[in-house]
Amino acid sequence: MSGLTVDNLRVEYPGSPPVVAVDGASLTVAPGETVALLGPSGCGKSSLLGAIVGIVEPAAGSVAWDGEDLTHVPVHRRGFGLVFQDGQLFPHRSVARNVAFGLEMAGVARDERRARVEELLEVVGLAGYGERAITDLSGGQRQRVALARSLAPRPRLLALDEPLSSLDADLRARLAVEVRDILAADGTAAIVVTHDPREAEVMASRVLRMSAGALQ
Amino acid sequence: MSTAARRTLSWWLLASLPLAFLGTFFLWPLGSVLVHGLFDGGFDAAGTWAVVTDSRTADAVVTTLGLAAAGTAGSLVLGLSGAYVLYRLRWRGQRAVRAIVGVPFVLPTIVVASAFSALLGRSGPLGFLGLDQSVVAIAAALVFYNVSVVVRVVGGAWAALDPATASAARTLGADRRRVVAHVTLPALAPAIASAAAVVFLFCATSFGVVLVLGGTRVRTLETEIYLQVNQFLDLRAAAVLSILQMLVVALVLWLSAAARRRRERAVGGRAVDGTRPFRAADAWVAVPTALTLGTLLALPLYSLVERSLRTTDGYGLDYYAALFTQPGRTVLPVSVAQAALNSLVTAAIAAGVACVIGQLVATLLTRRSRRAGVLDAVVMLPLGVSAVVVGLGMLLTLNQPVLGIDLSGSWWLVAAAQAVVALPLVVRTMVPPARAIDPRLRAAASALGASPWRVWARVDWPLLRRPFGLAVGFAFAISLGEFGATSFVARPDRPTLPTAIFRLLGRPGAESVGMAFAAAVVLAVMTGAIMMVAERMRTDVGGDL
Repeated sequence: MSGLTVDNLRVEYPGSPPVVAVDGASLTVAPGETVALLGPSGCGKSSLLGAIVGIVEPAAGSVAWDGEDLTHVPVHRRGFGLVFQDGQLFPHRSVARNVAFGLEMAGVARDERRARVEELLEVVGLAGYGERAITDLSGGQRQRVALARSLAPRPRLLALDEPLSSLDADLRARLAVEVRDILAADGTAAIVVTHDPREAEVMASRVLRMSAGALQ
Repeated sequence: MSTAARRTLSWWLLASLPLAFLGTFFLWPLGSVLVHGLFDGGFDAAGTWAVVTDSRTADAVVTTLGLAAAGTAGSLVLGLSGAYVLYRLRWRGQRAVRAIVGVPFVLPTIVVASAFSALLGRSGPLGFLGLDQSVVAIAAALVFYNVSVVVRVVGGAWAALDPATASAARTLGADRRRVVAHVTLPALAPAIASAAAVVFLFCATSFGVVLVLGGTRVRTLETEIYLQVNQFLDLRAAAVLSILQMLVVALVLWLSAAARRRRERAVGGRAVDGTRPFRAADAWVAVPTALTLGTLLALPLYSLVERSLRTTDGYGLDYYAALFTQPGRTVLPVSVAQAALNSLVTAAIAAGVACVIGQLVATLLTRRSRRAGVLDAVVMLPLGVSAVVVGLGMLLTLNQPVLGIDLSGSWWLVAAAQAVVALPLVVRTMVPPARAIDPRLRAAASALGASPWRVWARVDWPLLRRPFGLAVGFAFAISLGEFGATSFVARPDRPTLPTAIFRLLGRPGAESVGMAFAAAVVLAVMTGAIMMVAERMRTDVGGDL
């Protein structure tokens, strides 16, 4: 099986009784495909995404890529990218150094790093913004930087957690189309978590609905 | 092993370093104080009881509580009007004055003691009052030291007090005085109670000020412990007194925790700007406040500087020059400059140790959990035990070979004691900024391929560098001025600057005392300079302090 296979994944949060956030979810994402997880807030879609990426520890079930079991592989060795709702850019780094972070971690040589950063800033429409401080950017620009940062190390799968929710409606509609085109051009597999059916429709080739911790 | 179990194991492995440090240099010494106090060969309740019921002990307890009450009352009276003028009212230059009022609090106790000794001693500007070695002198010094705590804590609450409530009371027919009595003061009560508890604790555990200003006439529990060790060589009595002192401190801490809970409940809701511009009508409270506070704060420091410059024939830098010479073996075995150098070296080591361990603890406490709560409580313990007890404990335990290593009189024991005293403040400075980093920022770095170590190095550390700098400065300043624990473990032939000043103050002759004042000025300047540099590191995230 090529691409992502999630089998019977279960996420619980401690408490008495424990809160079940994801109750046995199974899904697949083929290479190059974009899948949307659509559901109301609190339905467990972010927990599911977190468990796939590896920032949330599942209580049961498995996550695999190309048949290789990743359930117990730590986040930084999974090769999955993650974009948060509010970007979570590193405040102490410039735009270019934010985008370069994943490349530094992968040990990419300086020249190659610089070329890749420039390439990506161009892709997200921020060419020439490299030396700016994060604090000088608008909300939309920040999300573009976050996207470029996650794409830079060429992840096998990109997880986007409500990537556009913090932006105003007009910008959201435009950026949804842009993100779709960028992902398509790169051929990166992606999972987009959203509560907006139109956004899901625009960005993804397949939409999975989720409610009360279960996929439908 | 599952990921969770592995994470728990590595957490405890990292935690073992701070726990081993505190175990060796704090918990074990503390335990041996308890053992010495309660056992003498076998369990010896009668011997313990004999010390407790000794009239000297009763005297010391009464004096401790009485002085603490007087210091707290004085700090409250002055501090409340200070809080009103400096925080509730708004005027130009206010920030600078607030900073000046905060200065005494960061001065080493031995400097404050020297300053009051310079002011009230026989040749001092107020020497004619005959207050030297009196309870009044000590109480005044305690107020000098602690008034800024009241000003800051109550001022902060006052500045955020919703003025609409007072206006509402006015429309209901209350005059100004009744508004203060029935609306403002009750609203400030939790802040006042919490400030009072903290000040009471500081006063009750004050050592250097009482030892220097009280001489042999005024004895508190703290100084009595020191006297039992140094004059009567009675470690047993000292240990029993230490247990009494721990009980007093525990009681005060319990009361202050209760007050803080009330304060936290009282806060909440929106942040309000309760300040208002200064009006001419405010002069009737502002002028007396400024005069009293100004006199209280400026006069002792002025006297200290004046007397450090006053020689037998006019004014000059003679005493400062004398700091570089050997004052005669009976007075001090080394020059004061050498003692200052000792202080700088030990304080640097203490600050280094406290900050490395503090950084480790802060990292471990970043994520709240039950085990983090346990570690936090253990690390904060030294705050609830007076430095004198810490010093006595180290004297009792580490003055013997440990694991074949002879620690007795090791000069680095001083650094260890200072690190124990500084650690709680270091941790409280570094934990809030560490907790302020969004965990998702670390998750973002992990998803980009950063291992846990690299997440710390590339995300946490760059963001925590400045708070770390602030903590290093705090720790260095605290260690430099530390007197309580140091006076027990510092070797006589290797004095620190504070212990050298103390020895000089106790010697007869204008020469020794003049040198003590000059050395105190040097220590004050050193501490002040470090604090000024450290404060530049303060970020918006800030610490608890």
